[in-house]
Amino acid sequence: MDVYRAIADPTRRAILDELVDRSGQSLFELCSRLIMKHGINSSRQAITQHLDVLEAAGLIRTRREGRWKLHWFEGGPLKAIGERWPISTDERELKE
Amino acid sequence: MRIHLAGVLVDDQEKALRFYTETLGFQVKHNIPLGRHAWITVVSPEAPEGTELVLEPDEHPAARPFKEALVKDGIPYTSFAVDDVAAEHERLTAKGVRFVQPPTDLGPVITAVFDDTCGNLIQIQEEKPQP
Repeated sequence: MDVYRAIADPTRRAILDELVDRSGQSLFELCSRLIMKHGINSSRQAITQHLDVLEAAGLIRTRREGRWKLHWFEGGPLKAIGERWPISTDERELKE
Repeated sequence: MRIHLAGVLVDDQEKALRFYTETLGFQVKHNIPLGRHAWITVVSPEAPEGTELVLEPDEHPAARPFKEALVKDGIPYTSFAVDDVAAEHERLTAKGVRFVQPPTDLGPVITAVFDDTCGNLIQIQEEKPQP
């Protein structure tokens, strides 16, 4: 799964937003945030599938912490996009 | 009809009794020896005549895989109401309680999730005043 397709989905972007808000979340916490803050009431299975896509794209990583599994945001693949199409100083100045 | 009992499946009743009374602050309502186990219930000192929580042995073969699967995904199967989640988080953390989810503002409620040391995650929840 490439990074572009991974971030094309609004639910997956909301997942990344929430993981940026707080790193190291359980599936339960993520699902609570998605339903309460974004109105996304997908099943836990559906969210797990979204997490698998994000992990395959390198945008999140997971780790067993004690007896629970937590999820972290990984910005590396997005940084690579910025390096591939860098914003030049001239363009920045034009905007300002 | 009223809700009289709720239960948590615990891996060790003695350890659970200590955690639910000494750490959380509940009171023993019943502690009746029954063979190898006991029938133990605790209540909140804020509602001694309210719903009792049974500290139930998790000996059924299906109980532990079920508990482990819930814990892996961070799912609390039991929730307690508190007035101030942040204050409880601070009080319990000072007593060595481990939180999988620190106080989190979810709009109408603030919640946090901790490990009861007996194989369960427990949620505490504070309802925010409605504007």
